[in-house]
Amino acid sequence: MKNRITRFVPLFYIIFLMIPIYWLLNMSFKTTNEILGGFTLYPHNFTFANYATILTDPSWYRGYINSIEYVFINTVFSVAVALPAAYAFSRYRFLGDKHLFFWLLTNRMAPPAVFALPVFQLYSEVGLFDTPWAVALAHTLFNIPLAVWILEGFMGGVPTALDETAFVDGYSFPRFFFRIFIPTIAAGIGVACFFCFMFSWVELLLAKTLTSVAAKPIAAIMTKTASASGYQLGLLAAAGSLTLIPGAVVVYFVRNYIAKGFALGRV
Amino acid sequence: MSNKIVNQKAWFLVAPVFLVVAFNALIPLMTVVNFSVQETFGDNVFTWAGVQWFQDVLHSERFHNALLKQLLFSAIVLAIEIPLGLAIALTMPRKGIWVSFCLILMALPLLIPWNVVGSMWNIMALPDIGLLAKMINGLGIDYNYTRQPVAAWFTIVLMDVWHWTSLVVLLCYAGLVSIPDAYYQAAKVDGAKPWAVFRYIQLPKLKHVLTIAVLLRFMDSFMIYTEVSVLTGGGPGNATTFLSIDLVKIALGQFDLGPAAAMSLIYFMIILAMSWLFYTLMMKNEES
Repeated sequence: MKNRITRFVPLFYIIFLMIPIYWLLNMSFKTTNEILGGFTLYPHNFTFANYATILTDPSWYRGYINSIEYVFINTVFSVAVALPAAYAFSRYRFLGDKHLFFWLLTNRMAPPAVFALPVFQLYSEVGLFDTPWAVALAHTLFNIPLAVWILEGFMGGVPTALDETAFVDGYSFPRFFFRIFIPTIAAGIGVACFFCFMFSWVELLLAKTLTSVAAKPIAAIMTKTASASGYQLGLLAAAGSLTLIPGAVVVYFVRNYIAKGFALGRV
Repeated sequence: MSNKIVNQKAWFLVAPVFLVVAFNALIPLMTVVNFSVQETFGDNVFTWAGVQWFQDVLHSERFHNALLKQLLFSAIVLAIEIPLGLAIALTMPRKGIWVSFCLILMALPLLIPWNVVGSMWNIMALPDIGLLAKMINGLGIDYNYTRQPVAAWFTIVLMDVWHWTSLVVLLCYAGLVSIPDAYYQAAKVDGAKPWAVFRYIQLPKLKHVLTIAVLLRFMDSFMIYTEVSVLTGGGPGNATTFLSIDLVKIALGQFDLGPAAAMSLIYFMIILAMSWLFYTLMMKNEES
């Protein structure tokens, strides 16, 4: 009896998760009149108009391109830089290693609210303001520490005998690293990429602060619509629904590693 | 930890990370420190203000209130999400096609931009047209999150539970699948009750992932900004003006750089201290 009830707990939880998503989709297929006209559980006048507006108006769809652009730059850059560092932390002891590791982590802990203004000033100073590079670079603040942490966790699971054998066999360090080591921890790299993608994709405060027109992310366009043009809930819901797609696609690819990834490779 | 080779050349491998993060973190942090001890009247003219701003902030009621609200929020959210996430992970199937399905659907809220999460719950909670508002009204309870502080808190907590419980579930799940089958079989032979299995087999193995869960959830709930700012904007009144929201108001809204900088540093110090505590605990676990 008890077993039967507990088996349904995950199901109830998933239903609870899906309700707001359903509601968002529901709103996105409604006309403004229907939304303001009253409460309806499903769209009575089913319309794609909201999506059509977004996909044909450059001031809307440019936002998605901008977002994906900086997320992509950020992911590649963060993981590329984090790989050697994670190897160092996982294999060697060196002066200040523990302090450095914790210092890196503190940046994952820094509230973006603290950094928004000074980062804005810094990036304006070096001429990166309103480019995808600015947002990509700013997001490395929390993504590099995270990538180092995850990769270090995964590398810890690879026996050091692998390195030693390779060096005895006469491999140089770069050759060993690219030919043997990187393929060995491919899953870990995938998970690290996933997390960099995720945190860069969901962040808004820094992305909004560092852009004005040319590189504006979709999230910032949405907040502006919400406040500026009255209450176009249908449009807002459609824009929100479209932001679900990249996440859903990416999570599908890492589904087998996702649990281990969330444990930062440390189980 | 023990079989590592001492090699100072490893610094070369770490150098790129060090340089990038230093550029991103140290320069802005020094800017904040600069602002926090100076007074400005615009035009880039700064005068020395000493610890004036720190004293002001530490004695201001506004700061105390915002900090208390932020702490209360973190405490509530942790108290709900950790046990709930653990319970869901324990009841999840370990094998079969349902596993991937569950994992993908559960991970979905984590991948939604934070302002969209705010908008989603805004649409859910709107009076007259929101599903959540309708459901609560249907129970005969008066509910309007833009007017009642309690309703606003309830909505924000519910939103955060919706948004982040999956993180705890996934962490715990990862911990659970790493327990070898032999442990369970041994428990079966001994005739252990489910509670005993949980207490003596599962919980010790989960200690590590639970520490990570608490660390991440504490950090992120303590810095929550976007979702709350979209949903309530800190209102009604100041009911949900957390530290992060107040900080952005002061820094980017009023442009009071000195007090904002002092507040930032105090805020950062609190997070650092708490995180260091969790981190030390975690590393202790890892070594034992």
